[in-house]
Amino acid sequence: MWKVVGERAVSLVVTLLMASVGIYGALFLAPGNPATLLAGGHATPAVLAAIERSEHLNEPFFARYWHWLVAVLHGNLGQSFVYREPVTTLLAGRVGNTVFLVLYAAALIIAGGVVLGLLGALDRRAGAVITVVTSVGLGIPSFVAAIALITVFSVKLGWFPVFGTGSGWLSQLWHLTLPAVALAISWTAYTAQLTKAAVREELGREHVETARSRGISTRHVIVRHVLRNAMIPITTVSGLTVAGLIAGDVVVEQAFGINGLGSFLVQSTLQKDFASVQAVSLILVATFVVVNGLVDVWSLVLDPRLRAGRA
Amino acid sequence: MSVLEIDHLAVDLPVEGVLRRVLHDVTLPIAPGEAVGLVGESGAGKSMVSRAVIRLLPEGAAVHGDIRYAGDSVLAMGRPALRHFRTHDVAMIFQDPRAHINPVRTVGDFLVEALVERGERRESATTTVTALLASVGVSDPERRFRQFPHELSGGLLQRVMIAAALAVSPTLLLADEPTTALDVTTQSDVMVILDARRRERGLAMLFVTHDLELAAAVCDRIAVLYAGLLIEDVPTGDLRRDLRHPYTAGLLASRPDPVSPRRRLAAIPGRPLSAFEIGPGCPFAPRCPFAVARCLSERPELRDLDTGRVACHRAEELRGQLLSIATPGAASA
Repeated sequence: MWKVVGERAVSLVVTLLMASVGIYGALFLAPGNPATLLAGGHATPAVLAAIERSEHLNEPFFARYWHWLVAVLHGNLGQSFVYREPVTTLLAGRVGNTVFLVLYAAALIIAGGVVLGLLGALDRRAGAVITVVTSVGLGIPSFVAAIALITVFSVKLGWFPVFGTGSGWLSQLWHLTLPAVALAISWTAYTAQLTKAAVREELGREHVETARSRGISTRHVIVRHVLRNAMIPITTVSGLTVAGLIAGDVVVEQAFGINGLGSFLVQSTLQKDFASVQAVSLILVATFVVVNGLVDVWSLVLDPRLRAGRA
Repeated sequence: MSVLEIDHLAVDLPVEGVLRRVLHDVTLPIAPGEAVGLVGESGAGKSMVSRAVIRLLPEGAAVHGDIRYAGDSVLAMGRPALRHFRTHDVAMIFQDPRAHINPVRTVGDFLVEALVERGERRESATTTVTALLASVGVSDPERRFRQFPHELSGGLLQRVMIAAALAVSPTLLLADEPTTALDVTTQSDVMVILDARRRERGLAMLFVTHDLELAAAVCDRIAVLYAGLLIEDVPTGDLRRDLRHPYTAGLLASRPDPVSPRRRLAAIPGRPLSAFEIGPGCPFAPRCPFAVARCLSERPELRDLDTGRVACHRAEELRGQLLSIATPGAASA
């Protein structure tokens, strides 16, 4: 098993390196002078020359990339010329909000999706209702959900704040509930449908029939044989879902005025703050790749048939 | 008294929303310690019989008649009684161990599960099962316990299934084509082990197979199923000496001959009918070389004849003639 884990780790590092080349290279694919881009569009020739020197822009591409990569690995994500501050400082205050929001939404998705899906698979009548509800839920984009939730729960009922993140753990939870729900709706519906299908499929398996024939109680059959095996497809897809949340997060942060990575990405893009865009992109891609890697390892834990590897 | 009595069992299964008959009428008693081979072509309904006994028919199936275990109706059992029946009295050995054992749990988990479920401690269950593994010819039980099903060969896995079935000390074994999914060389090994352990423990067995020869080798009685109807029930010893039903004779004639293997294999003309297709008469009549008008219009009852039972209008008059067609080589001559 550890051999397979090692292989996955190597391919994860390779993927990250390739992604970083792409992200760094985008700077030179964009029209115009990279120094102008880094400066945010308005700069005197003296400033541009300084940037060219500090960013090694006169050197060959891979030498420049190397300088940049070494800096990134040392935790230096470059300088924002718009804010005139290191990008790391700008990110520090925002990462927490985004992580909180994404984990909150992920918890809602996994708990809600698995419970609804299981219920739908085990009970015929509940199944019919859940199919309809999740089909509708699947079609609700997070920006629509965000507006609807704000209208109903913040403006009309006044149960939740309209925007902001609050301070302190409980207040944060309260402030981020609507955003997390908005982010979670369609993914929960998706996870519910997937869980329902996976559980239905496992219920029809021959080994479940064996367990029944041996007089194993229904509860044990469901937990040990149906859910246990259905966990394999469910976690694989849940992992991808969580990775996908990072993209959906951009929209929701904008809608709820949350000061996180998503809204920072939008602002930086509008202000042509290239170093910040680069840094946020790098973080989003790295998170995506790492989450996928973790899901891969987790499925090795769940499915012994995969552990043998290709050997 | 019989340990199991299958009494005028009929089963309808839902096919695209409509109930369709898959078993017409099966009456079959099994005495304690007796092995009964239930033989028939694919689609004859033989698996339905064994599944009905352990109440594993698909959802929506309609069951008529009765099945009694030690006098108690299995069909009328409530949840606790059914669980007790399944955890103590009966055990089923399925056809394909690879599909019928959970692939993500260890072999050890599978083996002790039923014992733990009925309240035994895992340690004592492990001791019981380890001894059983040795008795079914599985070496290195400690290592097997930790392994996963995909790490074992099909033959080994089927022995594990047999050990799991024996673990609960049942009085009745249901074996549904237990060697069909195995390759030919391991089939006989597994069968020998199953037969030996069953005899040793005096278990009754319902052995479902399409292989008449195999059934004859390990069973005391052979019951022949055709299109959902039991058409013959005969002691194994009489099977070759005294043939009573043309279909059984045809089955015996169609087996390959070990003495002159180049002989063209005899076949029963026509195709086997499904249970829902049969007309008012004998289900085998359209393919039967001895059929007369009555056979097509009137369904023969299963009636006692000497040592067994047979459902054929002409059983008595055909008795002498059938033996000649069932002897390999004779039919083509």
